[in-house]
Amino acid sequence: MKTAGSKPVGLVTAVAMMLLVAFAPTAGAAPRASLIEIEKEVMCPVCGTLLQLAESPQALREKAFIRRLIAEGKTEAQVKDALVAEYGEEVLALPQGSGFSLSAYVVPIVAFFAAAIALALGVLRWRRAGGDGGRGRPDPAGPKGDDAERLDADLARYDL
Amino acid sequence: MSVRSSIAVLAVVALVGLLVYGLVSKGSSRVAVGEQAPTTSLARLEGGGEGSLAQYRGRWVLVNFWASWCIPCKQEAPTLEAFQQRQGGPRFTVLGIDTRDLTDDGRAFARRYGLSYPQLRDGDGGAAHSYGTTGVPENFLVDPKGIVRWETPGPVDDKYLHEQVEPFLPKEKS
Repeated sequence: MKTAGSKPVGLVTAVAMMLLVAFAPTAGAAPRASLIEIEKEVMCPVCGTLLQLAESPQALREKAFIRRLIAEGKTEAQVKDALVAEYGEEVLALPQGSGFSLSAYVVPIVAFFAAAIALALGVLRWRRAGGDGGRGRPDPAGPKGDDAERLDADLARYDL
Repeated sequence: MSVRSSIAVLAVVALVGLLVYGLVSKGSSRVAVGEQAPTTSLARLEGGGEGSLAQYRGRWVLVNFWASWCIPCKQEAPTLEAFQQRQGGPRFTVLGIDTRDLTDDGRAFARRYGLSYPQLRDGDGGAAHSYGTTGVPENFLVDPKGIVRWETPGPVDDKYLHEQVEPFLPKEKS
């Protein structure tokens, strides 16, 4: 005998089951490695360029090595680990997060914040100065020296 | 000079300094004749464990940088093996350093050419860098005290070894 709330509960359960079936096979599986993707992210150590751009004998050996590992079912991370074991950390195209290479990450961040602070300070000064640095505003005390004399003379001339 | 100008100049100097340091730390100078040969510790190509030029102190050593993908190295390998057979012993050895190469490829190369002299593996090219090599093959003759006595970029042949290297070695087979 069905209860009053059984229909919505059944619907939710059915949707949940469908979602589970749909995502279950891919949830645990790592994406299949591809030479095209990996060679964009690793170096040819001898050429000093991305492997993708290299066609030297060493690069061809490296590509064959990657193909072999992919054929063995290795993931992208495992392939990269194997390359690091063979050629060292420098085979990775991304700079390392230590030593001098760290500056590749730190310098752009520091430069960005320095530029942002400089811009913010500049805008603040500009706004405090009245929007145009005070250059267009008249001096509240009026003109001085020769300017004051010339103004008085002009006013006297046009005084009606 | 205002404070702002000083800060700007300092920032530019720091940036240029950083770039110069980066370039200098990446570059390397070639080990010259008369200088101490680097003795970087490296993995053995076969058999596991580590080895280094320092282990051969007291012997003349012809340090040969090679790689399995290098065509001149294929031409040079039989020459070096023949030289090792003639001259190798307690006072002299060839020491191969397989650089920027895959381990399996390096091992296959050594087997294919029947290389009997000791082989080390320099996968990341660190040892080659410390010698200041610009490619493979390159050869450095190191005396029993670890001083470089002769070096040449490029492959060597029988004539070259006979004329350039043998005069340094002890007269009787060592």
